[in-house]
Amino acid sequence: MSAPAVPSVQTTEVPVPRGVGHLGRWSAFFARRLLRSVVALFVIVTVAFLVLRLAGGDPVRSALGATADESVVQARREQLGLNDPLLVQFWNYLVGLFRGDLGSSLVTGRSVTELVAGRLPATLELAGLAFVVVLVIAVPVGLAFALLTQGGRRRGVETGFTSVTGFISSVPEYLFSVGLVVLFGITLKLLPVAGANHGAASYILPVLALGLGSAASLSRIARVEALNVLSEDYIRTARSKRLPAWMINFKHALPNMLTATFTIGGTLLSTMIASSVLVEQVFNWPGLGTAFVQAITTKDYGIVQGLAIVYAAIILVVNLLVDLVLAALDRRTTLLETA
Amino acid sequence: MSQNRKPSFLRSPMGLASATVVGLLVVLAIIAPPLWGAQASTPNPANLLRGPSSEHPLGTDGLGRDLLLRTLVATRTTVGMALIATACGAAAGLLLGALPSVLGARAQRWFSAVINTWLAFPVLLLAMLMVILMGTGTVTAVVALALTMTPSFARLAQTLSSKVGGSEYLAAARLLGVPKGRQFTHYVLPNIAEPIIVNVTMSIGGGLLALSSLSFLGVGVQPPSYDWGRMLSEGFEQVYTTPTAVVGPAVMVILAGVSFGMLGESLASFLRERTRGRALSPAKLGPAPVTDPLELDPLQEDVLLDVKGLSVSFPGADGWVRPVQDVSFTLHRGEIVGVVGESGSGKSVTMMSVAQLAPAGAAVTAQRLNFDGTELAGMREQVAAKAIGTDIGIVFQDSLTALNPALRVGTQLAEVPRVHQGATKQEAHERAVEALDSVRIPNAAHRATLFPHEYSGGMRQRALIAMSQIGKPKLIIADEPTTALDVTVQQRVLALLRRECEDSGAAALVVSHDIAVLAELCQRILVMYAGRIVEDVDVRMLAHPEQLAHPYTRALAASLPDLDTDRTKPLATIPGEPPDLSKPVTGCGFADRCALASDRCRTEVPVLVQHRHGGQVACFHPQDGSSPEDSGAAGSETTLHEAHEEGAVA
Repeated sequence: MSAPAVPSVQTTEVPVPRGVGHLGRWSAFFARRLLRSVVALFVIVTVAFLVLRLAGGDPVRSALGATADESVVQARREQLGLNDPLLVQFWNYLVGLFRGDLGSSLVTGRSVTELVAGRLPATLELAGLAFVVVLVIAVPVGLAFALLTQGGRRRGVETGFTSVTGFISSVPEYLFSVGLVVLFGITLKLLPVAGANHGAASYILPVLALGLGSAASLSRIARVEALNVLSEDYIRTARSKRLPAWMINFKHALPNMLTATFTIGGTLLSTMIASSVLVEQVFNWPGLGTAFVQAITTKDYGIVQGLAIVYAAIILVVNLLVDLVLAALDRRTTLLETA
Repeated sequence: MSQNRKPSFLRSPMGLASATVVGLLVVLAIIAPPLWGAQASTPNPANLLRGPSSEHPLGTDGLGRDLLLRTLVATRTTVGMALIATACGAAAGLLLGALPSVLGARAQRWFSAVINTWLAFPVLLLAMLMVILMGTGTVTAVVALALTMTPSFARLAQTLSSKVGGSEYLAAARLLGVPKGRQFTHYVLPNIAEPIIVNVTMSIGGGLLALSSLSFLGVGVQPPSYDWGRMLSEGFEQVYTTPTAVVGPAVMVILAGVSFGMLGESLASFLRERTRGRALSPAKLGPAPVTDPLELDPLQEDVLLDVKGLSVSFPGADGWVRPVQDVSFTLHRGEIVGVVGESGSGKSVTMMSVAQLAPAGAAVTAQRLNFDGTELAGMREQVAAKAIGTDIGIVFQDSLTALNPALRVGTQLAEVPRVHQGATKQEAHERAVEALDSVRIPNAAHRATLFPHEYSGGMRQRALIAMSQIGKPKLIIADEPTTALDVTVQQRVLALLRRECEDSGAAALVVSHDIAVLAELCQRILVMYAGRIVEDVDVRMLAHPEQLAHPYTRALAASLPDLDTDRTKPLATIPGEPPDLSKPVTGCGFADRCALASDRCRTEVPVLVQHRHGGQVACFHPQDGSSPEDSGAAGSETTLHEAHEEGAVA
């Protein structure tokens, strides 16, 4: 057969998108997500304000105890501004928040901001380290088991993997903590189990306790995600180029499974920040969580209110960051969503 | 549908075990408090903080109470709280989730933004707010948990109702005037009930764990009441002296949490498999079926690819599924051969198996799979793939999914010279740009740095062709290279493919369901039907349908429009459906759609034999326009045309 002339193709192509459009869409996306977070934070702040005022009985009275002198209670109410009209209180409270004032303790009158400033780093260290551990465990484990079990192979390994990870992810963090304390602290006497004063060693058990369950559940998700990616056409394309296995798995599969894994990982990070309260309580960790439990036992709802706002803000910021990281990782989703 | 299937759920070990444990927990929650409640809360100052003994298997607590009995009695509080919280959360969520269907589009967007944000808040944050409002206690914990569960149920209900609401059967019911209440009970409810039951079951497990956490922190159950979480926190205070105190409640919490979760998961997988069926494991299936041995001729000189008795099997729900059965063909150097057949005929699977790219789980067997002098049959896939190297280049069907969305196009091309030709990073990149340029991608240097989604469809397809060429292959396999493209772009891609073959002298196998595409590009056509090659014929015969031998090929050729075709009439179609290959097909796969089929066609599989048109045909009643249809004649024709050079040698 004779070859016909190759037709000219230069002129009729779709124009290539340039950077300018991306930037515009990026900032629009960012602005919308930021607005959503700010609105959510405002709602939480308002609820936190209202619940303290709407609660039955006098919170100051219940904090200071039934035996406290009425004049002391009144003085504290006056000091905290609880005798002002509700709207005035709300305004002062909002202005205070803008200045970084998270309210004060109903018992001692001390500033919650100071308390948070002293204890937040310990909590963030714990949650951040645990999250890194979760990712470092979950992604390779998920990919490895996906490679082992793809195409319905090794059903036994698959059942073993899902049972073990299913079991581990069902054990609540505080039970892990208690178990680790009993095993390593009391029985084996290997590792420190209380406080953060023993250098790096004191981090091991709390970080493990906080991370193990999440690592197990994220491994399961990562495996399913990796299985999806491995069955994609572009993996077959990579195989058709006869690339070495490590290149197919790490260069072609890994980046594509990260997006979905991070999405779930991001929501896990929020739960881990909350669960750190439990782990801190068991390990007597000098973070926000132990402060929260103390505040509850002393019925100091002023501190609880401030802490609720801090936790909510952390969670919202984390979610916003996760959204932005995802948008940067997966250009197509962002483009589609903001189109 | 449920009567004969229900037992199979309990037959799965996970389903049975979890259902049993959940059943026992419920029984315990009912009978434990009346049986042992009083005994479990009676202090015994003579017996404080004891370790396990025969009298107290789990020891005693700080007031001398028996820990085993307390653990058992606490089942009611713990499980009851979880049930109530889940029920409230589910009810609130389902009501809320039904809301968007009556709202406008804008309100719906706001609604999902609220749900999304709400979903991000863990139970502890809501518990903090509830504690301020109501103080610590059981109700606080239950309300906080219910509020945490609400958004996920709302989203579930929203997804389900939009799925059911938009369904055709509901639209039909509306048209038929089915009353609203009946619509809900008969059409909506049965379709959303199952996923909701699964989610509720799983939520009970998660809820139980969350509530025990709250009690552990001191937010939930307050003394003198107790649940497992409370017992754990009391036990933990003495963990240095009597660590056994935490054992009972810890075991129960884990057991209950795991069982509810497992019950939900096995319900879910049971429902999934009921609708979809799950492939059996290869171990259960036994070895993949192989074809009867054939007599193999010695290899010919100018043959690039010689395939004999190739079969491909996949594990299915009822046994092996065989999309490719006993396929044999040869390909000469530089030859362009088309493979035509409708979807599901096995043409793509055949080509991918030849290229050692069969999907994971596929069992590929062949008596001969000789490529360029190397026998690949019997080799492990990795070894065979290594032997092939870059000698087979592949153009895939859908260029959007075939290119990796996370990597730049240039990088994806440059990999081949980098890995196989020892090029430096710089050289490899230059070669990638050259390759893109050679398929006439304008401004190739810039476009090499773009991602696949920044290309147009035609440009992506050309990039794929460039990628298949960059390793200088001896064989190009093009799997439906133009299907995803519009007609004008199709023509350019075909012309490009032909030019690439002619320039490099590579042979090509071009797969298509469109015989018109192949008629233009190829020298020879292999016609596949139901996993077998039914005819192997010179492309020029397509212009003379009366020369074609297989009834299926004739029907295909008749559907091929040319300049003389009357465009006002509908194109010819073949009535009927191809056979279901998950069940064994006896006889000729085309028999049910064939006007000429005889009893023999339904019981015996016709094999490829030489035909007088110079090619080969697998049919007991081959048509050739001259001789009367007779199955016996096929044998004599074989000898007549054996030496024809165009035909593949059987």
